[in-house]
Amino acid sequence: MNHIAGFLAGLTASMGLGGGFILIIYLSFFEDINQSTAGGINLLFFLPIALISAFFHFRNGLVEKKLLLVICIAGAFGAISGALLMNLLDEELLRKMFAGLLLLVGLKELLNSQKYNSKPHKSQNMVKNLEK
Amino acid sequence: MKTIHKILIGLSAGVLNGLFGSGGGVVTVPLLERSGVEQRKCHATSVVLIFVLSFISVGMYAINDNLDFVKTLEFIPSGLVGALVGATLLKKVKNNSLKRIFGLIIIASAIRMFVA
Repeated sequence: MNHIAGFLAGLTASMGLGGGFILIIYLSFFEDINQSTAGGINLLFFLPIALISAFFHFRNGLVEKKLLLVICIAGAFGAISGALLMNLLDEELLRKMFAGLLLLVGLKELLNSQKYNSKPHKSQNMVKNLEK
Repeated sequence: MKTIHKILIGLSAGVLNGLFGSGGGVVTVPLLERSGVEQRKCHATSVVLIFVLSFISVGMYAINDNLDFVKTLEFIPSGLVGALVGATLLKKVKNNSLKRIFGLIIIASAIRMFVA
């Protein structure tokens, strides 16, 4: 079961579908681990996976290096204050807040998939190209 | 891109990353896209950003003794396999049904978390 969860989390993380959510959901429902510990596991889990992905992305020239510095510095302040805030909050509240974030992201995914669906399918474009 | 935009992207992604241990990419990808960065670059740049932020958050979690290394190790081998499969699949399937299934799973989980 752990391997399936790990596989799915790695898969979705590398596809940019939000792998962290899968792992945290699994940990809190199937392993009964609280939100802050699940978050910590997810952060550690993400490091090797992101390292491999980042290596490929840099090599493929897909990383906007110019943007990184300022965003990372601001992000460091954000991450430190987020982690400090986490320690102040009650586990139950933290879980509810995370649920709220999940709900928003889930709805966004659903709406986006509708939007994509209204566009013509790739194969239809190919047919059009052939007709030209 | 204006510096203030960069600061806002960094701050919001950082807070989510530190607070929940997840979710930074949810903000960085769309915000970078809105700033006119090409889509593939948004995803790639976001991975690098979240990597840096996760590193900082891991440090904070370690200080507060919120890390479970043994438990994490259980997921890493299968996670790496998943990541490699995902990286190859991504080129082939831009699947709406995948997005939809994912959306439904996390909405259902959110509702259960609210109720539980």
